[in-house]
Amino acid sequence: MMDKALQSIVQVLEKEFAGEAEESFGEVQVLVSADNLVAASQKLHDEFGMTFLSTITAVDYFPQKAPRFHVVYIFRSMSENLQLSLRVPLADEAPVVPTLTGIYNNANWRERELWDMFGIEVEGHPDMRRILMPKDWEGHPLRKDYPLGYEEPQFTFSFEDIDLSKPKGEI
Amino acid sequence: MTTPYALPEMSLDEVKHLVSQRALDGETVLLNMGPQHPSTHGVLRLLLELDGETIVSCVPDIGFLHTGIEKNMEAKTYLKAETMTDRLDYLNTVGNNFAYCLAVEKMLDIDVPPRAQAIRVILAELQRIASHLVWLGTSSLDVAAMSVFLYCFREREIILDVFELVSGQRMMTTYMRPGGLWRDVPIEFDNAVRNILNTFPQRIDEYEALLTKNPIFLDRTMGIGKISLEEALSWGLSGGSLRGSGSDWDLRKKRPYSGYEQYDFEVPVEQEGDVYARYLVRVHEMRESLKIIKQALDTLPFGPVRSSDRKVVPPPRSEIGESMESLIHHFKLWTEGFSVPKGSVYSAVESPRGELGVFLESDGGTKPYRVHWRTPSFNNLEVLSKLAKGLMIADLVAVIGSVDIVLGDVDR
Amino acid sequence: MGVEEKLANMGVVTTTLEEAIGWGRTRAMWPMLFGLACCAIEMMAAQAADYDMSRFGMELMRPSPRQSDLMIVAGRVSRKMAPVLRHLYDQMAEPKWVIAMGDCASSGGLFNNYAVVQGVDEVVPVDIYVSGCPPRPEALIGGIMALHKKVEKLKIKDVIFDGEEE
Repeated sequence: MMDKALQSIVQVLEKEFAGEAEESFGEVQVLVSADNLVAASQKLHDEFGMTFLSTITAVDYFPQKAPRFHVVYIFRSMSENLQLSLRVPLADEAPVVPTLTGIYNNANWRERELWDMFGIEVEGHPDMRRILMPKDWEGHPLRKDYPLGYEEPQFTFSFEDIDLSKPKGEI
Repeated sequence: MTTPYALPEMSLDEVKHLVSQRALDGETVLLNMGPQHPSTHGVLRLLLELDGETIVSCVPDIGFLHTGIEKNMEAKTYLKAETMTDRLDYLNTVGNNFAYCLAVEKMLDIDVPPRAQAIRVILAELQRIASHLVWLGTSSLDVAAMSVFLYCFREREIILDVFELVSGQRMMTTYMRPGGLWRDVPIEFDNAVRNILNTFPQRIDEYEALLTKNPIFLDRTMGIGKISLEEALSWGLSGGSLRGSGSDWDLRKKRPYSGYEQYDFEVPVEQEGDVYARYLVRVHEMRESLKIIKQALDTLPFGPVRSSDRKVVPPPRSEIGESMESLIHHFKLWTEGFSVPKGSVYSAVESPRGELGVFLESDGGTKPYRVHWRTPSFNNLEVLSKLAKGLMIADLVAVIGSVDIVLGDVDR
Repeated sequence: MGVEEKLANMGVVTTTLEEAIGWGRTRAMWPMLFGLACCAIEMMAAQAADYDMSRFGMELMRPSPRQSDLMIVAGRVSRKMAPVLRHLYDQMAEPKWVIAMGDCASSGGLFNNYAVVQGVDEVVPVDIYVSGCPPRPEALIGGIMALHKKVEKLKIKDVIFDGEEE
């Protein structure tokens, strides 16, 4: 049951940008390629009143190779009260998306987060640095092949055992 | 002296595209503010380029409270992952549970009983007031109004007592669970909330008497940190910061969830877009929250507080002793957890700070495949680099206070 | 009894120098105004009207590490924050004490992952651990009072001064 206004947007996206629409729990997602992303979001912004970019994130489908990543853009139209997400599939090797900072100011930090957490490069970004992790950090934590853990929990009451495997701050 | 980790220094080289040429020539001063600073509301670091007292450019540096919550939630079952959501935005713990539960329930397609929905609304609005109280206290402390801080924390305790009453914890309640609530509220709940409803309007009057027409406060806040509606939208501002700029966007009104459409309340809007406008919006919001709580409490229906879907909600303890099937369900739910159909969902609620969205993707298993939090503070903080330009350095703390950030919400 | 009683009648109290120093240290122990996460809110609540830490002379929070004796690590310490925390600790004047407030600061708590330091004792030496997630304000006050007991028993020869190893 897709909203009528949303349906017309999806039709335009399908026709002009070769988008593939799919519905998930009543929410509309349109798959577009990275080449069409900027033009499609420009259209959403200018013609369909999607002036509010809620968030940008990604999903890692490791060990699947192509597409390994889906970059998810969630837009919102406040005048029409609509919500739509674009998904950009990316392959395993050298994933790159173009930047949306020209259209939405708040894409800036979200795209930095995208690079920091997933190692997805953003082409044309004005300020590409790590945002959450320290700048000398190695790896991109939210990738599925990045380990979660840091320290094994110690099931022992012997303080010597714990101290052995724990770095200690000194005076 | 041993230091296991090296100090992260921000070199001028790294940020030279963000500061003006005069900084590179050494004409302006670069000043580091934070991460340990009394007025940054947490561990926020700002690199300021100063021309005398005036800020030429401001480069926020975040991530000092990065907790890896999104990654850690992937390693836990849906139920266990909920405890992590509390620690995201620690002033809006109930609201985080709310957003998460709504997302999981949307994927599972289960109905929450009306009593649970109403109690959720009451608690979420109480949390909104508590969060606004901390915001009011700390941000007025930043503009040197100390007594407001003490008053606000006094009142916050009354609300935390209600949370403790229903869940046993003051802050990290995890009281809402997918499918309803942990348990029904105790019998004292009604009295405790009515006590708040009776006393709070006068208390809010008290704060307003101290601030709203106080000439010092007006001087510190009026015309400071202005942002127009178009810019606010383009920067992704939401919540009180957006409504201070003239938009009436409120998810509770526009995309109602959990029965908000039944309640009659106003969405306060101010046009100015400055620190003072944002202050007025939030103080007015506290009064509106009281209205919602009153209506929800007066019409609180009786009935169960959890869905009866045994694939998701554990059976009550009394049943476990009698029915083998209940025991199996209980065992399954607390070890393996419930599985959620494949797909992704983005569900957003109106947190005290703005649009709190959770993007949840499931691969059909019992653990979330990917959780992403669209946290309002992240966007509200990003705009700071724009708002700070041209301000005096003393006004910057007023602006940081007014956009209402929680660093746990920013860094996740 | 002996000379003490006589002196007490004259309004003079005798004690050891160690006790007098310990007493003095605990009566004006200034914590650093330094909050990290959730626990910082409870730390603020402990200073505010309902719990009012100043009853015990521990309310005077100093924003500068140079002026403070006690660091309350209130919240989880990320790997990015750890060097900053150590830097702050190094700037504090001797003698100095550390309280790890809450589960995250004590042991990493809920977050056993890549981002969070598993206990702040990996970075700075900790004197008192306060449990809870977050600890109630009473628990924090209890923790500071436990530290006071510890400080009162301190021998002068045990205190390490700047630049001098024990």
